[in-house]
Amino acid sequence: MPIGIFVFLAALALIAGFGVILQSNPIHCVLALALVLMDLGVIFMGLGAVTVGFLQIIVYVGAIMVLFLFVIWLLNIQADPGAGRHLGLKLFGSIAAAAMAAEFAVIIVRTPKISEIRTLPADFGTVAALARSLFTDYLIAFEVTSVLLLAAIVGAIALARRVAPPLVLVAPAPSRGAPAPAQPEVPTVQRESA
Amino acid sequence: MTTELVIGAVKAIVIVLLVLGLTTLMLWFERKGAALIQDRIGANRADIFGIGKRFGLPNFGIINTVLADPIKMFTKEDFVPDGADRFLHGLAPFLALFPVLVTFAVAPMGDILQVGSHTIDLQPANLNVAALYVLATMGVGVYGIALGGWASNNRWALLGGIRASAQMISYEIAMSLAIIAVVVCYGTLDLQQMCRSQGGVWFGFLPRWGILLQPVSFVILLIAGMAESKRVPFDLPEGESELVAGYFTEYSGGKQAVFMMTDFAEVLLVSVLIVTFFFGGWQVPWLARDGFHFPGGAHLGLPNLAVASLQFVAFWIKVVIFCCLQILIRWTLPRFRYDQLMRLGWKGLVPLGLINLVVTAFVVVVAGGK
Repeated sequence: MPIGIFVFLAALALIAGFGVILQSNPIHCVLALALVLMDLGVIFMGLGAVTVGFLQIIVYVGAIMVLFLFVIWLLNIQADPGAGRHLGLKLFGSIAAAAMAAEFAVIIVRTPKISEIRTLPADFGTVAALARSLFTDYLIAFEVTSVLLLAAIVGAIALARRVAPPLVLVAPAPSRGAPAPAQPEVPTVQRESA
Repeated sequence: MTTELVIGAVKAIVIVLLVLGLTTLMLWFERKGAALIQDRIGANRADIFGIGKRFGLPNFGIINTVLADPIKMFTKEDFVPDGADRFLHGLAPFLALFPVLVTFAVAPMGDILQVGSHTIDLQPANLNVAALYVLATMGVGVYGIALGGWASNNRWALLGGIRASAQMISYEIAMSLAIIAVVVCYGTLDLQQMCRSQGGVWFGFLPRWGILLQPVSFVILLIAGMAESKRVPFDLPEGESELVAGYFTEYSGGKQAVFMMTDFAEVLLVSVLIVTFFFGGWQVPWLARDGFHFPGGAHLGLPNLAVASLQFVAFWIKVVIFCCLQILIRWTLPRFRYDQLMRLGWKGLVPLGLINLVVTAFVVVVAGGK
């Protein structure tokens, strides 16, 4: 990847990343996050991992971020009014951020020198190469992950599902002595427990 | 290097102009087609200085649709409702249109064209993961609609936006399954390679088109594609009787025109995908690179320019046929109910697509030995 393009993409990712944490409107934050993820997808493509880049955009930008939008709308989350609130959250967030920064520092220090980096194989980043390593070397991890996701889906359905009582026909109670009701008597459908 | 840039630019300009032109013509065709189906006359008012009338020509309403309407739309007041998110309200129509337009970059319009010493691939952008590219751009297309609904500060618009995003995400899964089955069948993600492998004949006369290999995928892709374009019978996001106009309730003038254009560009895109995957793309029956090879052994040699032009024209004729089919369906069927829509997507198309994918993979492994 030409260095100019990388600098542009990295700067865009940083700006959008700050957009995620500095804006007060949750929808704007989600959009900034979608921009970050898209940017990362393009960086993947520039580094030769074309398949991973496209999958990143399909899965994260095309599906997961839209679900984030959904959740924000369904829960009707409004803009955060005060800057001085959620102090506990901010404390734990700072600790997590510090841990992650330390981790990054370790990774950067351990990065091999450029002379030690091997050249990539010719089919690096193609669908075939990705699929081969996924279904041979990492088959168990792959299958375990899919079982984990399945468990999450089943759990979500079990939590969200409400068993509705069966529908029964209830005739209106006959009125004695009172004048006949003006409207014709129509049996109504009611929930048994309602 | 410079020549390559010029060639690339020319290809890009050709595809954009074709797509925009066809989109406008489809709008006209939809109006006249609707009139035909509903036994009305349809658009027939605007004329330039009465020229058509002076020569005794019938007024087909092309001027209404291609000139008068756009001028009216783009000169109307651009209204932004009170309390709306001005930035996103302005951005949303273009967020909707842009992903659809860039997808056409991988539309294979023809095989190869020889100009002097240059061999030009008639696909605007030759991407070897084009099928993934199509899925990615279609996934990103949800944002424009959803944000258009939210940014308008109108609850009908928001409901329309939520319905649109739920519908598009649901049908994207069925669509992806159909496309993956096609990819497994051809063994490539490259749309140009798919078209090339649909050349030749079976049994001496039958063109090797994908519809004969993947009929189930064709049905799934057609239905899911129509649901993606959010038109009747899948137009719940705009359901006039419930939501005024859905996600573009608060849009007027040019921005509304852009949303309308997105719908028609999506119809065109679905047609392009169907033709590429299932109807040979630019393949003309019995036409190879050196001319026609008719069943029975007759051979008619043709120069490269003639072959390339035939393929180009054949591709767009096939695309227009499928656009017409979608317009016909749009004016024939009533709107689905929301539960019917979700049942069709999740309980109908997704299991069908999964079964189709498994069967396809099984047959490919057993027969192909790959």
